[in-house]
Amino acid sequence: MTDSDRPNPDALLKAVQREEQSRQRGRLKVFFGMSPGVGKTYAMLEAARRELASGRDVVVGYVETHGRTETEALTRGLPQLPRREMEYRGVRLTELDLDGLLQRRPQLALVDELAHTNSPGSRHPKRYQDVEELLAAGIDVFTTLNVQHVESRAEVIREITGSTVHETVPDSVLDGAELELVDLPPGDLLQRLQEGKVYVFDRATAAVENFFREGNLTALRELALRLAAEHVGHDTQFFVASKAQSGVWKTGQRLLVGVSPSPSSLSMVRWTRGLAENLRAPWLALHVDTGAVLEEPDRQRLDRNLALARDLGAEVITTSDQDVVSALLRVARQQNVTQIIIGKPAPPGPFNFWRSYVGLNRLIRLSGNIDVHCVRAEGQERPSRRPQLPRAGEGTLVQYGVVCGVVVAVTLLCVLLRKFTGHNPLSLIYLLTVVVLGLTVGRGPAVLAAALSACLWNFLFVPPLYTIRIGSLHDGLMFGMFIVVGLAMGQLTARLRAQELNEREREERATALYLLTRELAECRNLPELLGVVVRQLREVFAAQVAVLLPDSEAPSELLPYPFGTFEVSAKEQSVAVWAFRNVKPAGRTTDTLPSSAALYLPLTTPTGCLGVIALAAPALEQQTSGRRNLLESFVRQIALVLDRQRLRDAEQEAQWVAESERLGKVLLNSVSHELRTPLAALQTAGTGLRTAGPLNAVQTELVGEIEEAGARLNRLVRNLLDVARLESGHLQPRLDWCDLTDLCQVAARGVGPLLGTRSLTLHIPPGLPLVRADFVLLEQALLNLLVNAAVHTPEATPIEMSAGAGDGMAWITVSDHGPGLAAADLGRVFDRFYRATAARPGGTGLGLAIVKGFVEANGGTVEAANRPDGGARFTIRLPVTEAPKLPAEAS
Amino acid sequence: MNSAAPSATPGPQVLVIDDEPQIRRLLQLTLESAGYRVLTAEKGQEGLILAAQHRPAMVVLDLGLPDLNGLEVLRRLREWSEVPVVVLSVQEAEADKIAALDSGADDYVTKPFNSGELLARLRVALRHAEKAPELPVLEIGHWVIDLAARRVTADGRDVSLTATEYSLLRFLVRHAGKVLTHRQLLRGVWGANAEHQTHYLRVYLARLREKLERNPAAPELLVTEPGVGYRLLVPAK
Repeated sequence: MTDSDRPNPDALLKAVQREEQSRQRGRLKVFFGMSPGVGKTYAMLEAARRELASGRDVVVGYVETHGRTETEALTRGLPQLPRREMEYRGVRLTELDLDGLLQRRPQLALVDELAHTNSPGSRHPKRYQDVEELLAAGIDVFTTLNVQHVESRAEVIREITGSTVHETVPDSVLDGAELELVDLPPGDLLQRLQEGKVYVFDRATAAVENFFREGNLTALRELALRLAAEHVGHDTQFFVASKAQSGVWKTGQRLLVGVSPSPSSLSMVRWTRGLAENLRAPWLALHVDTGAVLEEPDRQRLDRNLALARDLGAEVITTSDQDVVSALLRVARQQNVTQIIIGKPAPPGPFNFWRSYVGLNRLIRLSGNIDVHCVRAEGQERPSRRPQLPRAGEGTLVQYGVVCGVVVAVTLLCVLLRKFTGHNPLSLIYLLTVVVLGLTVGRGPAVLAAALSACLWNFLFVPPLYTIRIGSLHDGLMFGMFIVVGLAMGQLTARLRAQELNEREREERATALYLLTRELAECRNLPELLGVVVRQLREVFAAQVAVLLPDSEAPSELLPYPFGTFEVSAKEQSVAVWAFRNVKPAGRTTDTLPSSAALYLPLTTPTGCLGVIALAAPALEQQTSGRRNLLESFVRQIALVLDRQRLRDAEQEAQWVAESERLGKVLLNSVSHELRTPLAALQTAGTGLRTAGPLNAVQTELVGEIEEAGARLNRLVRNLLDVARLESGHLQPRLDWCDLTDLCQVAARGVGPLLGTRSLTLHIPPGLPLVRADFVLLEQALLNLLVNAAVHTPEATPIEMSAGAGDGMAWITVSDHGPGLAAADLGRVFDRFYRATAARPGGTGLGLAIVKGFVEANGGTVEAANRPDGGARFTIRLPVTEAPKLPAEAS
Repeated sequence: MNSAAPSATPGPQVLVIDDEPQIRRLLQLTLESAGYRVLTAEKGQEGLILAAQHRPAMVVLDLGLPDLNGLEVLRRLREWSEVPVVVLSVQEAEADKIAALDSGADDYVTKPFNSGELLARLRVALRHAEKAPELPVLEIGHWVIDLAARRVTADGRDVSLTATEYSLLRFLVRHAGKVLTHRQLLRGVWGANAEHQTHYLRVYLARLREKLERNPAAPELLVTEPGVGYRLLVPAK
C-alpha cells in the first residue's frame, strides 16, 4: 500500500467520531415525502411495529392520525405516552410531553411532524428542537417531514407553489439522520385526495386547491427525490472518503457570505448553504457593522438572517468596519476563505448607482485569488430605506437654533464691516462661519448654515441689494460654493462623529470588560467574587441579576446565590436548571422557554457548567449586537474566573488535608516511638536475662512475668495506635491480592502463646479464590478476633477458624466454645470501649472495634452471633473479584 | 569517644545506629555477649563516618533517626558499601520496611524484638555476605533441594515441580533465611514487567506449600512475612 491510497487519517477520525457520536446520541430516522397524504405516518408506524416486534422499547410520543382508520389501527398495540395538555387563550391544545418522554427513556420514540410549531408556553418553540433534546438524551426518534418544510428548499417551494412556508426545519437537523423516502405518484395522490383519504387542514380554500395541482406535485416530487438522492450521495461520499483510498473528500474550499439586514440576504444564505453542501465545504456568514443605526424591523431582520445562517450550519462572524469591502476581504483572508458570495447590487437608481458599482468593482479588483460570486438577491419586501447616515449625523433642534443665532450675529458684524471692506471679503467671513459651524454641528444644521449664509450675504450685501438676484458670475460662484462647502463639511463632521461614537462604544465595552476583570482579579473568595459579578452586570446592563450555583448536596440542582437583586421563582428556577443541564442559554430572547421573565446564561468552562446567571431587564430584546457581544464576553470572563476560584479553593483544601494528614502522621509516629522504645528495652532485657546465664526457678518465673507484661503492654499500645489511625480517617488500605489460607495461618501463628491451653484448629478448604485486601490490616483483625476468643473462653476449650467462598463473597469465621454472647451484647460488641457484661477484668474494649474498622476499610463486613451449640462466632465477609489470569506456563 | 571504642573481644564488628541510648546500650550488651565487637552511633551522619572508618562486618540501623531518615542513611551507605544491613522498624511501618529492603537492606527486625530473633537475623545476613560457595545440595530439615540435579525431595519422596514453581523455589533457596520482598521475588522469577502482579506469587507460593509442606496451613519452610514478602526459613543449628 502506498502513501497516497491509504485512507486519510482525518477522514477516519471523522468516521470514528461520527460513529461514537451516533452511539451516544440517539439516531434520527425521517420518513420523508413530497406533500401531505403520501403515507409517511403510515410508513413510520409500520416500521415502529417491526421494531417493537424485534424487542425494542418503542413509545409513541406524538402521532397525528387525523382520524384515518387505517392509520389508527396501526397505533393500536404500540405503547402511547399521554400528551401534555395546556390551555392557551381558552383553547385546549395537546402537545408532545417532552419531559415525560425524557423520563420514560424508551429506546425509540415516535414523534410525528418534525416541522410542527409548538404552542406558546412550551419549552421550545419548534418541535425539531424537542427532537434534538431527545436525541441528545440518547433516545432514537422516528419522525415525518415534507420536503416543503426543509429550510433550504423553502425558497424554491415558494416559487413553485406561490405560498410561503412558515414552518421550516433547518437542514442541519437532517445531517446525521437516515432519510426514508415515502413516494407516491402525483396521480395516485390526487385520487386519494378525491376519495377523502388525505387530511387537509381546510380543504375549501383556494390555496389548498392551488397546492394540490398535478404540476405542483410533480415539481415537489422531483425536489423530494432529489433531496433524498443528495442525502444518499453524501452518505456514499462519506463512505468513500473513510473506507476507500482516494482523496475525493477534501475540496479545500471555504465559503463566505455577506449578510445584511436586507430580506434578500435570506435567499443568499440559502444559496450559499446549497453550494457549501455540494462542495462539502465549511462556510461563514459575515455581517459588517458599519455603525449605521438600524431601525427596529431591520435589526430584527438582521438577527433572523444571522440565525438562519447559524441554523443552516454556518459559522457566524460579526465585525465592525466603515468599509464593507475591506471588511469582507479582511475576514476572508483571516479565515482562508476561497469564495465570497455577495448579493447582486439593486438595479441602479439615481442615488446608489455610483456607490454599488464602485463597491462591487473594488471587491472584484482587490479579491486576488478569492473567487467572488454575485448572486441574484431577491427580496419579498423592500428593505426599509437603507440608512446611510451614521448615527449622530443629524443635528438637534438646539443646534439649528445655535446655527441661526451665529449666522445672524455674523450678519450683524458684516453690516458693521461693510463700510470699510465692500461685500467680497464678507463672503469669506461667511465661509469661515460655515466651516467652523460644519465642524461642530451635525449635517442638517451645517447645510442650514450654508444656505442661510448664502441667502443673507446675497440679500444684504450683493448688489443689487435687498434682492435674491445674483448679478455677476463671481457672486453666483460664491453662492454655489457656500452650498457645496456646507454640505461637505456637514458630511465630514457626521462621519467623524460616527467614527468617534463607534470608537467610544468600543472603548466603553473594553473598559467595562477591563473593569470587570480587574475587580474580579482583586477578589479573594467566592462571595466577594459573586458580589462583584452581580454589581457589574447590574450597572453595565441595567438589569436585575441573580446567580445560581449548583447545590453541593445535589449537584444537578441549583441554588440561588444570596447576592442576587431579584428573586428567582420556582417556575423560573426550572428554566435555570434546564440551561444548566443542557449548557445552553434559555429564557427570554432564546429559543428555549422564551416566555420566561429572565434570560439564563450558563457559565461554561472546559470542565463543565459552573452555574447560571439570570438577567432580567425591560429592554433585553433591544440590546444592540455590540451589547450582546459584551454580555457574552462578560459571562465568559465570569465563568473563567469562577473556574479559577474553584480550582484555587480545591487546591487549598487539598493542601489543608495534606497538612493535617502530615501532622497526624508525625504525632502518631512520635507517640508510637516514645511508647515503644521503653517496651523494646524491656523485652530485649528480658530475653537477654534468659540467654545471659542459667536462672533458678523463681528467676525464670519473674523473667516470664516481665515478658508477659511487656507483650500485653505492646498489644495495648498497638490497639491504641490502631484506633488512632482509624479515628484520624487517614487509614488507607494497601490493596493487594491476598491468599486466605496464608492470612489465617499467619494470624494463628501470631496469636501463639496467648491461647494458653486452648486449642486452635483451622478448617480451610483448598482452592479458595484470592481476595483483594490489605493483608496486614486483615491479619490484625483476625488476630484481634483470636485474642478476643482466648480472653472470653475458659482454658482448654477449642477455638476454630474456618474459611470459605461462594456467591461472590469470601468469609472467615472464628468460633469458640465459651459462654457465648449475651443478647444485650450482640448488637454492641463492635462499639468502641464497649465491654461485654460478663467480661473478665482487664482489656480495653478496643479489639473488636478495630476489627470492624479494619474489615470495613477493606470493603468487608463483620458480624457476631452465637453458635447453636453454644459459644460465639464472628464472621468476616469480603467481596471477591476475579483475579487476573496467570501467564501460561511452558511445562 | 567511648561509643567508637572497639571492644576487645574478637569476632565480627557490628555497627549499631540508633538514636535511643537505652536501645544502644541493650544492643551493645546483647551483641557483645553473643561474641560480636560493637560500635555505636547516635546519628545517621556519625554512623556513616564510622562505617567508612572501621568497615564493620555488619550494620544494625534504626529507620527512625532524627537527623537523616534511616532510608537515606541506607542509600548513602549502599553507594559505596555492600556491608549487610539489618534494619529496626515498628510494626505498622510495612511500607518503610519494604522500601528499606528494596533499597538494599538485608533483613529487618520489628521493634519490640527479642534478642534471639535479632541474633538469628544477623547470622543469616553475615553468612550471605561471606558469599560462601553455593552448595549444590541444600538440606533443610526433612527437605533436600538439589539445585544441580534440579531435584527436590520432601521426607525422602520426590516432589515434581513445574518450571515456574522450581524457579521460585530456587530463588528462595539462593536467599535461604533472608526475607524477600514481593517485588524482589516477582522480578527475580517473572521479570521486571511482573513487578506488580502479586497474584502470581500468591498462587505459586500456595502451590509450592501444597507440594512441599507437611501441613500447608502451618508452613515450616516457606513462611509469610506479613505485608512484606516471604522467607525460606532455615532452622538455627
